[in-house]
Amino acid sequence: MMTNPTGRLTQGQFSFLPDLTDAEITLQIEYGLKKGYAWAVEYTDDPHPRNTYWEMFGMPMFDLNDAAGVMLELKSCRSTFPQHYIRLVAFDSTRGVETIAMSFIVNRPPVEPGFSLVRQETNGRTIRYTIRGHEADRPEGERYRK
Amino acid sequence: MATAPEIVGNSNQITDKKKRYSAGVLKYRQMGYWDADYVPKETDTICLFRITPQEGVDAIEAAAAVAGESSTATWTVVWTDRLTACDSYRAKAFKVEPVPGIPGQYFAWVAYDLILFEEGSIANMTASLIGNVFSFKPLKAARLEDIRIPVAYVKTFKGPPTGLVVERERLDKFGRPLLGATTKPKLGLSGRNYGRVVYEGLKGGLDFMKDDENINSQPFMHWRDRFLYVMDAVNKASAATGEVKGSYLNITAATMEDMYERAEFARDLGSIIVMVDLVIGWTAIQSMANWCRRNDMLMHMHRAGHGTYTRQKNHGVSFRVIAKWLRLAGCDHLHTGTAVGKLEGDPLTVQGYYNVCRDSYTKQDLPRGLFFDQDWADLKKVMPVASGGIHAGQMHQLLDLFGDDVIMQFGGGTIGHPAGIQAGAVANRVALECMVKARNEGKDILNEGPAILQKAAQFCTPLKQALDTWGDITFNYTSTDTSDYAVTPTASN
Repeated sequence: MMTNPTGRLTQGQFSFLPDLTDAEITLQIEYGLKKGYAWAVEYTDDPHPRNTYWEMFGMPMFDLNDAAGVMLELKSCRSTFPQHYIRLVAFDSTRGVETIAMSFIVNRPPVEPGFSLVRQETNGRTIRYTIRGHEADRPEGERYRK
Repeated sequence: MATAPEIVGNSNQITDKKKRYSAGVLKYRQMGYWDADYVPKETDTICLFRITPQEGVDAIEAAAAVAGESSTATWTVVWTDRLTACDSYRAKAFKVEPVPGIPGQYFAWVAYDLILFEEGSIANMTASLIGNVFSFKPLKAARLEDIRIPVAYVKTFKGPPTGLVVERERLDKFGRPLLGATTKPKLGLSGRNYGRVVYEGLKGGLDFMKDDENINSQPFMHWRDRFLYVMDAVNKASAATGEVKGSYLNITAATMEDMYERAEFARDLGSIIVMVDLVIGWTAIQSMANWCRRNDMLMHMHRAGHGTYTRQKNHGVSFRVIAKWLRLAGCDHLHTGTAVGKLEGDPLTVQGYYNVCRDSYTKQDLPRGLFFDQDWADLKKVMPVASGGIHAGQMHQLLDLFGDDVIMQFGGGTIGHPAGIQAGAVANRVALECMVKARNEGKDILNEGPAILQKAAQFCTPLKQALDTWGDITFNYTSTDTSDYAVTPTASN
């Protein structure tokens, strides 16, 4: 269990709120679709803060205008990877933006043990820091299982 | 009451070369610094000055004098002009209008040829545009209100070292404003105590902590000590939350050599961001921006000192001009006001500064004080920072005013929380996330905001405590720097 005030990983837009219901997730998807964003589903069992590339659960849904389609993908991802972190990510292709415009976690493992901080003493008082996931030593796909 | 000047044609310029260049003193408009028929070129820089001529000084002559003194003129005729293509070096005042509702003040538009400014040098541009002219005796006061910088000149600058798009990618934080706090008290904490505040704030849910503008390396805390303790706090908080965190390490110092030394130490410790104060000056800013670009570093700009020349409407340089220069010179974060906090700022005028930082193309918008269209030619964008006397109870107003691309900094509003710093950070993060969620769901946050916060406070005690402590604190004072084209109310509940 992580010791920050939420007791869990706080990446994404809404980690400090109670878990969003599917109805609430749908409203967020609709907001993104109205803005012209393309939604994608991504999952991982390595939520290190600098693990940029979560696995893609299919391609970004560029030509999809219906939130129900995104929810269908999300549900499919949840049933395939129930123990993984899953996030919804919206891409904005506007010139001068061309990056992610929304990103929030929609599935978590039942227990979130978090990370340790490894300190390597070096020259003088300088310390090199390494953040290590407690589950990271186990092979991919086998983490966060009881 | 002064009357509007009669706008006349080009007729006052002396065209006869012999008369024009005979020794003696001429009026500026006779020397060619006034041309009502002049059509600015795409490659010209255009400045809008607000001028207050001395009694008896004609507004057009005053405008011509501004053009003259900010380009080639001196007080008397010099024959050496004739060795040059002098007409292209003369700035040209081409329009003068009385300021609506303020007798004695005039707006003067002045155009400058591209050749006048060294490429990629804000120091050179400012030496011309605000060099001598603000001390010029025939003017009681002068203010540079706005500037249109041509694409041809914009493209000679590298702009922000990182830019707000790439900053978000590095932080892995999207779709919401970022949260920060300035470590308090500003002065007196030891390095060890200082790092405690940083750790608590970041672990509680803030994205950034910040050194204040006057934290450098005083007797109570050597800069190396601060950097070491702060980076321990940053990394510890990052491990505790699984998020990328940062703390703006202020590297402002007496010399460039000192600043480079501090910047390099910050980099070697793994900091993602360094900070400088505006008072280091344009050349130092551009040098540090280059360093940041070479070292994958974000550069936070604290606009320390700007109020000495930006706040009074009749004299100085508008902050929107400073913001444009800073975007060109290169910084990633820029303090641009809160509108609802403790520091000066009319809401529309402040929004104008935000537009300057974040737009791809800024449109003329007189109520926001923007006099010109400005094409930014794909220059990277600056993340504006709202800091100074704001609290969680204003979240709906802040989000409505500034949108997602902003850093909201609650210093006292985090560290002064009755249940401690972590609780203060939680209150701010929950207030932020519930408001973003509500806005995205289509709620009218400006009206429903207080109710949305109260609802979130039911599951979040720290937010309830914050609202109980500060819920109705406002700073409703009249702004001194407002647009002359629209009356704007001061924001309140």
